[in-house]
Amino acid sequence: MSEQATSTRHAVSVRGVSKTYKGGFQALKSIDLDIRQGEIFALLGPNGAGKTTLISIICGIVKPSAGEVSADGHDVLRDYRVTRSKIGLVPQELSTDAFETVWASVKFSRGLFGRTRNDQHIEKVLRDLSLWEKKDAKIMTLSGGMKRRVLIAKALAHEPSILFLDEPTAGVDVELRHDMWQMVRKLRETGVTVILTTHYIEEAEEMADRVGVITRGELILVEDKHVLMRKLGKKQLSISLQAPLQALPQGLEDYALELADDGSTLTYTFDAQSDDTGIAVLLRKLGDRGVDFKDLHTLESSLEDIFVSLVRGKR
Amino acid sequence: MNIPAIRAIYRFEMARTFRTLTQSIVSPVLSTSLYFIVFGTAIGSRMGEIGGTSYGAFIIPGLIMLSLLNESISNASFGIYLPKWSGTIYELLSAPVSPFEAVLGYVGAASTKSVMLGLLILVTARFFVPYSIMHPLWMMAFLLLTAVTFSSFGFIIGLWADDFQKLQVIPLMVVTPLTFLGGAFYSISMLPPFWQKVALFNPVVYLISGFRWSFYGQSDVNVVLSAGMTLGFLVLCAVAIAWIFRTGYKLRS
Repeated sequence: MSEQATSTRHAVSVRGVSKTYKGGFQALKSIDLDIRQGEIFALLGPNGAGKTTLISIICGIVKPSAGEVSADGHDVLRDYRVTRSKIGLVPQELSTDAFETVWASVKFSRGLFGRTRNDQHIEKVLRDLSLWEKKDAKIMTLSGGMKRRVLIAKALAHEPSILFLDEPTAGVDVELRHDMWQMVRKLRETGVTVILTTHYIEEAEEMADRVGVITRGELILVEDKHVLMRKLGKKQLSISLQAPLQALPQGLEDYALELADDGSTLTYTFDAQSDDTGIAVLLRKLGDRGVDFKDLHTLESSLEDIFVSLVRGKR
Repeated sequence: MNIPAIRAIYRFEMARTFRTLTQSIVSPVLSTSLYFIVFGTAIGSRMGEIGGTSYGAFIIPGLIMLSLLNESISNASFGIYLPKWSGTIYELLSAPVSPFEAVLGYVGAASTKSVMLGLLILVTARFFVPYSIMHPLWMMAFLLLTAVTFSSFGFIIGLWADDFQKLQVIPLMVVTPLTFLGGAFYSISMLPPFWQKVALFNPVVYLISGFRWSFYGQSDVNVVLSAGMTLGFLVLCAVAIAWIFRTGYKLRS
């Protein structure tokens, strides 16, 4: 999504939010975060980092120990009726009304969030999520993936403008995962702000406009995904040699070169944003020193590489 | 006021009743009928009248109360415990619903079920024993008040319980003995003077006494006191529920 398309109005604003549970465990440490209207924001973090606690505080399920949260400009505690009617939540756990039918459960959710009956809307949601054929089925008879869809349908039943997806694709197959990505993009096109937590970095890389990284209750980074990958991402040139080398050739000490253990590959790390990557000169110098190569290819850091290095750096 | 939410909770709960009709309605009606057969028809025919009322007719209010108390507690406690157990409580906690509205939905549905059940038992009793109702409006008022009060109490138990066993503890270990000892099958005036005084500490005595008065115009304690005690218990339950929601006890961490 382009920067122009995402407004700078904040769908969610978190100020100095901390959470310490009864036993003394501090799940969140003074979090500040603004989520823009209409964006897809991915909150990444290892298990127990505080992602679900943060979402639960915004949605009103968990009480913060300190700090303030507002949704669409309204305080989530003082104006809970306004904020909660704007928020939809798909929880991580597959918590469903097992004995109810899909239709009854989704209809219940719409009413619970204060919306009057609208069967057309529920039908649309169920059709969009490929649940229409199962509308009269008891939820307990559905597969895990279908139950996940039911939870999404319930969250969308009251037409929220802010949608939280807590690990939406955990344990679902590839096809369903791609369906969900498509659905999330469609929602964003209608102006819905989507905040998702995920273990699958590929998911954030595929969908998010911005990324936040949380670990041990601290939000260590919030950045536009492309900027993040540009700033922290590395690009490497891998040179497969005709003949293995014992050591790096003389006179190339200034280059960030690494020789593989078996001596058959040279890896050159360079700044992809620079006008002069130094590749042409390096290859010429290698030729001058009689180092022939049979293949070249470039590698780029994935969001996953960046995430792992950030989280490890924090340990 | 979030009327659609109250309606949604109420209908959702009522739908569960009709889905489990055997367990919710048929079973209590059947077990109460057995009481009528055994105590009303078989044993009752050999017992004398109590205050001018046949024994079979005398036990009707007590038996209705016995079912009403147990079913009110069980319906309301299960209604709120089930989402806690299954994890779907997240939806209620994240919805724009005030505690009062949630209570109206859950307690309203549980009370409706109990009143339906009470009336069904009343109709069933007609097949076994002849009876009359001297103050039908008061009878309905007592029925409603007791159903709402004990559904509120059940709601508290459902919020407090963190396993299925705890759901059963209060109804089985406290309410049923209090009902049996509260004059369901006898008038407390039949007890020795010391036990009559002890019985006055049993809150169920006031419920059964007031309810029986609406049928036959006779009561063990003053009817105003009966209504006052029931109302007082309702207020107590309301205060406890308000406290639970305000503090998030066992609901919000």
